[in-house]
Amino acid sequence: MNNDLQFLELDKKATVPVTFDGQRLNLPDGENLAAALLAAGIQTFRHTAKSGAPRGPFCMMGACFDCLVEIDGVVRQACMLEVEPGLEIARPSAGGGDHDPQ
Amino acid sequence: MTHSDIIVVGAGPAGMAAAAMAARHGATVTLLDEQPRPGGQIYRDVDRAEQQRIDILGKEYQHGATLTQDMRNAGITHVTGAVVWAIEDSFTVSYTQHGQAAQVSADRIILATGALERPMPLPGWTLPGVMTAGAGQILLKQSGVLARNAVLVGSGPLLYLIAAQMVRAGTPPRALVETQSRHDLLRAAKHFGGALRGSGYLVKGLKLLAQLVRARVPRYTGATDIAIEGGARAEAVTFRSRGRAQRIACDTVMLHHGVVPNTQAARSIDVPHLWDSAQHCFSPVTDPWGATPVDGVFVAGDGAGIGGANVAEHAGRISALKALQELGQISPQARDDLAAPLVRQKAKENAVRPFLDAAYPPCAQALAPADSTLVCRCEEVRAGDIRRYAKLGCLGPNQAKAFGRAGMGACQGRYCGLSVTAILAQENSLGPDDTGYFRIRPPLKPVTLGELASMHDNNAADAAE
Repeated sequence: MNNDLQFLELDKKATVPVTFDGQRLNLPDGENLAAALLAAGIQTFRHTAKSGAPRGPFCMMGACFDCLVEIDGVVRQACMLEVEPGLEIARPSAGGGDHDPQ
Repeated sequence: MTHSDIIVVGAGPAGMAAAAMAARHGATVTLLDEQPRPGGQIYRDVDRAEQQRIDILGKEYQHGATLTQDMRNAGITHVTGAVVWAIEDSFTVSYTQHGQAAQVSADRIILATGALERPMPLPGWTLPGVMTAGAGQILLKQSGVLARNAVLVGSGPLLYLIAAQMVRAGTPPRALVETQSRHDLLRAAKHFGGALRGSGYLVKGLKLLAQLVRARVPRYTGATDIAIEGGARAEAVTFRSRGRAQRIACDTVMLHHGVVPNTQAARSIDVPHLWDSAQHCFSPVTDPWGATPVDGVFVAGDGAGIGGANVAEHAGRISALKALQELGQISPQARDDLAAPLVRQKAKENAVRPFLDAAYPPCAQALAPADSTLVCRCEEVRAGDIRRYAKLGCLGPNQAKAFGRAGMGACQGRYCGLSVTAILAQENSLGPDDTGYFRIRPPLKPVTLGELASMHDNNAADAAE
């Protein structure tokens, strides 16, 4: 096991291939997407629209909106999604097309 | 549209217990919850946790499985993955599930929306790698994921619990950086008698501390001048403790200085809220049944004031009994007979709270952040900006939104609302009640046009039937 990784995973689960910003990753099937991305070594999920500052998961319960990712053209909270085979995940483009739920 | 006697929002301890109690006495119940499986945050994914994880998390966590079981046996409609975004017209509840919007209606509504971590604006708190202690626990409960090099920062028993769980999992934290001081403990001493009447919480706390001592986890108390260093991610925590400057390298920082009621849903339907000076937060106005001044609306559990999981469970059942009686499902006598033991147990579980509130007050630095510290994470508004608005005559949080967008981002003020109120109150020498809070309007969570359009289609299909 790679001790340089930020996170330890207790269980070994069957993985499925997904992509994150074009990078191929094997993530545990059905696992919380934000948790799976963190465990795979992804730290920056997006950059803020205003200053371009890096952000990653903060609350893990759907309240803070810092773990936003883009899937099929829709910006969504990674912590409220589960891993599915073939997901094409992108960092939401900073500045343009970012979240604006109002 | 489906109609039930009672809608419960939230499947944590209060919501699960309320739903089960209501259904057992004959009410039809729809339970809406955002998560794919029941448990709330405290019992997150309890039904899927394997033995190794339960050994790490402890038997208090496993207790949640009795609640999920009870709820299933009671025969309710549990809508999972349902994100509630509007409550209207006594009561139509709009929600999104799997990309489709839908509505359900009911005569009574029990809000069991739980707690949020108290906002903890410190320098560097927005860096990747910084998360709430609650988030750290969710990673462990739901996914079996643990930070290898974490520093825990703040105050409160949750820090000891998660630190002890990390020790048991073989990934002890690098350190606990605690903001409470011996002075706070002395002030809490007058509540010690009350705490002893509680259900052994003090013993549990001391056991957790003993585990941390055995594992040689360094503890720094009375920490001030805390900052998280890093460029693209968290790299270290710096602070002062006992007159010395400290720096601890790490890649994960978990923040916690108490939790506060998640008031978004209740505020959106004009339930009045008042400042609770002991818990340093706003709580909805409720009677002993959890009923609010808004007809038919109950708030149960931590959403009504922080008491913890066991208090929440009793509160959920108590609110359900009152709703059942109002609906004519049980008599006032039956309601009172069934509620009496629950009220006693709830009071016993709550007895430790004044001690905890006094011994682990919020981190002073985060309640009055430095001018350069980001307060609103979404719109990147700093504490100094809010102070500048106050000097320009801004009296309340809603005006502050117009001045500089604080609270207007995607989280809708969930992680800056209390900070904005506190800063404006300090600057204007007003109390929190006079300063007020953000006005919360639907949609409570983002909804896409596509999701809204799908609701129109569903309603048209209903009408055609």
